[in-house]
Amino acid sequence: MEHLELFFKSIFIDNMVFATFLGMCSYLAVSKKVTTAVGLGAAVIFVLMVTVPLNWLLDQYILQPGALKWLGVEYAAYDLSFLSFILFIATIATMVQLVEIIVEKFSPSLYNSLGIFLPLIAVNCAILGGSLFMQSREIPTLGLALTYGVGSGIGWFLAILAIAAIREKIRYSNIPAPLRGLGITFIVTGLMAIGFMSFGGMLTGGEEEAKAEEKTAIETPVEEKKIEEATKEVKEEVAVNTKEIK
Amino acid sequence: MGLLSKKDAALITDPFADNNPITIQVLGICSALAITAELKASIVMAVSVLFVMGVGNVVISLMRNIIPSKIRIIAQLIVVATLVIIVDLVLKAVAYDLSKTLGAFIGLIITNCIIMGRFEAFALANGPWRSFLDGIGNAVGYGVILILVGFFRELLGSGTLLGFKVLGDPIEKTGLYALGYENNGFMLLAPMALIVVGIIIWIQRSRNEALIEEN
Repeated sequence: MEHLELFFKSIFIDNMVFATFLGMCSYLAVSKKVTTAVGLGAAVIFVLMVTVPLNWLLDQYILQPGALKWLGVEYAAYDLSFLSFILFIATIATMVQLVEIIVEKFSPSLYNSLGIFLPLIAVNCAILGGSLFMQSREIPTLGLALTYGVGSGIGWFLAILAIAAIREKIRYSNIPAPLRGLGITFIVTGLMAIGFMSFGGMLTGGEEEAKAEEKTAIETPVEEKKIEEATKEVKEEVAVNTKEIK
Repeated sequence: MGLLSKKDAALITDPFADNNPITIQVLGICSALAITAELKASIVMAVSVLFVMGVGNVVISLMRNIIPSKIRIIAQLIVVATLVIIVDLVLKAVAYDLSKTLGAFIGLIITNCIIMGRFEAFALANGPWRSFLDGIGNAVGYGVILILVGFFRELLGSGTLLGFKVLGDPIEKTGLYALGYENNGFMLLAPMALIVVGIIIWIQRSRNEALIEEN
């Protein structure tokens, strides 16, 4: 349940593009065609899935105040959190390079379709942002960190897919000349962000409804029993009546 | 400008308007949108980026001949990350509250495309002095848009500028509020940042026809 909640929260409510503006540069630059947008989106999901849990481990066992306790008592007072930027970005850059090599070796077709995007992902703010928000929101377990990574990756994927589709269609519209291209993309993204804000109450509203449903669920069996008893009586009466007639 | 040749001066003035990093080069959008709900945060962000850009461009330009091109991205990231850590620690010491509100976005200067973009496009191919000018020019161009967006969002959203109530007091109904003016709280929300930047782009391009995109 916890996982499911975080998953949907990171896709819709805290959507990387619409709520925190992460990865806007590549979002705007690579959203002219749906096919390339899908390639980049897939690469982002993949890299976030790998780097967020990895950086969670780094944060938990090296960076946090007192995280070095496993080395011995004398290290317990160390606070290396000021190193988190450099360590996170180094992990991300290495992982991207590693992922690139592995994908090239084992799946050349995927490598060709992701091609140019993979190395660029190292400098996509969505990736570093994923790790930094994971740290600042204090996600408690490795599993949840994985869920968070995948969820926010999918959220980013959805956003770039949607804007790419809109931009393909918008080409046929008669937009004021100075707004063409970048300007209208900004405004459309703003409108989409307003739309995504409506997901804001999704989780809190859901909890209240769930409780109400439980209450009615408890009440219904009693009523059903009453109805069953009533129908039985009616049937018996009918049976008696029919016998009398015979 | 006696100190600068014409070419060098253009490095500073170009990014100011016609080659603005945000509205024309489409670099560094993330932070431009996320932290501009307040003017103060925008100014701090602009200054931080100015520092990182200026110093970073010089460092990369000095190292450009010894960085192997295969690992240049990692090398650049390490240089930026070091500079950003300095900014972060200084902010925590000087303005702790502000560094809390900026939060993860100071860290995100590292992946601010403006910085990597200028490293790749300029500092790797030019000497330190010209790179320094380029860095300053682009950071100022970035800062101008940031401050512009921050100005409008804070003024229209909460009726204040840098925390001062310039439009009067909304509770005691003084100043403009006495006439029935209301703050537009929507300006403080994330989507409006996008729309404000969109409008800035619109105005800029309608004043300069050469910048209009085909489609």
